[in-house]
Amino acid sequence: MSEHLPALQVVIALTAAPLVMMMNRFPRLAWGVTLVTCWATLVVAVLLLLQVSDGSVIHYEMGGWAPPWGIEYRVDGANAWVLLIIGLVSAVVMPFALRSVEQEIPADRIGLFYSAFLLANAGLLGIAITNDAFNIFVFFEISALASYALIAMGRDRRAMLSSYQYLIMGTVGTTFLLIGIGFLYIMTGTLNISDLAMRLPEVTETRTIRAAFAFIAVGISLKLALFPLHLWLPNAYSFAPSMVTVFLSATATKVAIYVLLRFIYTAFGFEFSFEELSVAWVLMPLALLGIIIPSVIAVFQEDVKRLLAYSSVAQVGYMILGISFATALGLMASVVHLFNHAITKAALFMAVGCLVYRLGGVSLSRIAGVAERMPWTMAAFVVAGLSLIGVPLTAGFVTKWHLLQAALMEGLWPVAVVLLVISLVATVYIWKVVEAAYFRPAPEDAREIREAPLSLLVPTWVLTATTIIFGVWAQFPISAARNAAEALLGVPQSW
Amino acid sequence: MNRYIVLRVISSLMIPIILIYAFYIQFHGEYSPGGGFQAGIVFTAAFVVYTLLYGLEAAQRAIPPEAAHALSAIGVLLFAAFGFATMLLGGNFLEYKVLLPNDQAGETFGIIGIELGVGITVAAVGLTLFYSFAGRRTGE
Repeated sequence: MSEHLPALQVVIALTAAPLVMMMNRFPRLAWGVTLVTCWATLVVAVLLLLQVSDGSVIHYEMGGWAPPWGIEYRVDGANAWVLLIIGLVSAVVMPFALRSVEQEIPADRIGLFYSAFLLANAGLLGIAITNDAFNIFVFFEISALASYALIAMGRDRRAMLSSYQYLIMGTVGTTFLLIGIGFLYIMTGTLNISDLAMRLPEVTETRTIRAAFAFIAVGISLKLALFPLHLWLPNAYSFAPSMVTVFLSATATKVAIYVLLRFIYTAFGFEFSFEELSVAWVLMPLALLGIIIPSVIAVFQEDVKRLLAYSSVAQVGYMILGISFATALGLMASVVHLFNHAITKAALFMAVGCLVYRLGGVSLSRIAGVAERMPWTMAAFVVAGLSLIGVPLTAGFVTKWHLLQAALMEGLWPVAVVLLVISLVATVYIWKVVEAAYFRPAPEDAREIREAPLSLLVPTWVLTATTIIFGVWAQFPISAARNAAEALLGVPQSW
Repeated sequence: MNRYIVLRVISSLMIPIILIYAFYIQFHGEYSPGGGFQAGIVFTAAFVVYTLLYGLEAAQRAIPPEAAHALSAIGVLLFAAFGFATMLLGGNFLEYKVLLPNDQAGETFGIIGIELGVGITVAAVGLTLFYSFAGRRTGE
């Protein structure tokens, strides 16, 4: 069965989705099947990562049609890493989902909710694993359409509007991507990315290919919420149900960044992207603005979920910044940040989910003094917050350290200064939450609340502990990220 | 509705033809233009015409909304079942030729099978969409 792992990676979740939909009358059963599916997905992702950890590549021909004619699934160090992120986050978020979703979603829709979640999950996995440009577009739409439905199920009525905003922006993004892919197909007659990489150099002089590059870069930038194309993200994250925010914040933008890397490095090739078109000159200013402005906006947010959403936009900036250095070290820092930010932000949003479960909302005034009554939840928030800031011994530090090194290696002192100063800004907005929860007195009319139930706390702490484990024992994420960077660059590096 | 005798007679002639044409597109899909998507929508179109003339209740007696829900899932499951069957028989996912001893017969069988799944899902989803729009009361 092991030769079928690439297909199973996507197909398990895709098949479970209609099954779960039919179990709509039995919410607990629907949850159970979804849980098992997500864990199976994680197991497959781990097995795939182990298989490619020595730098080998797995090919899988869908339907037995040989590439470039058929759809090929191709797993190398880069996408195995992304698959692991998706698998890990979905596996940890499912136990958390049980009670959180029961509280936030009407009982007669829970089965449909999990069905949409599995479709979003399968879509993201599909984007990461396929080696076919058109297939990437199809999976983008599968995951996006399911995400719109998931976000619209938020309790706040504004969830509907923010889902609609996301729908418009997301559709523009994927349409641009499709136009770009169409141009590539016109010029080369192929959709397989490895095949594109071989055929594109002959036609790179044409305007069509340059237009294709522009369409693809802008389209994916919309999906990954690169500043200033991030406007859909804060609303979508702050009004979605807690579990959806955790899952999407940790996976959706990461997968889009992976696709950007795949097109820039593999399909178009390093020389065309960075030397002929100088894409770094576009990415670096946007990344820096994207780090600075949303971080400052985050400081002024009154709602914790919204604050963290703006911080997510800033973190996307870090990942793009690493890419814009155009060095192996910068690329590796970005790739390792995909993972570190996924676990950090998922842990933070889970802690917020615990607060939402007990308090109903997470404005700063509402969480005043909550640390006394929910000490474990707030402790998790603080630890994960430290990782977001980038304090030593946390996962966040590992990335910031490598990003700084990459910036200094290029002699970009101003960039290094920005990185350090913005870490201070991150301290400010995390501190705002900590100050409200720990040092402000609880409002007089506060309801009696207890600590969040264990089914919410344990997953939160699992991820929080992960941020510490991979901050101390950084060997695993670093070696996996190096492997991923080598797979993208196509040549072994001396690290 | 009894007043519109022309509409009723014409539609009762047309609806069976539309349905049969849907099946024609469905089962001709593997070697002529067509397939599950088109067939599913044409099938739904027959129900739309029926609803316009005889009302939503009559249409929902024929295919209740719950049945449409279930069918939309069953179609996808049928598709997936073919995929898993090919895997169990030693081929790659959706490699139809392993389904039957004769390679070509296997390909045909597999394509017709998954297209049937696509057709069922598209028809059921189209019907669900139509039901939920048609079922809305003003002021709701």
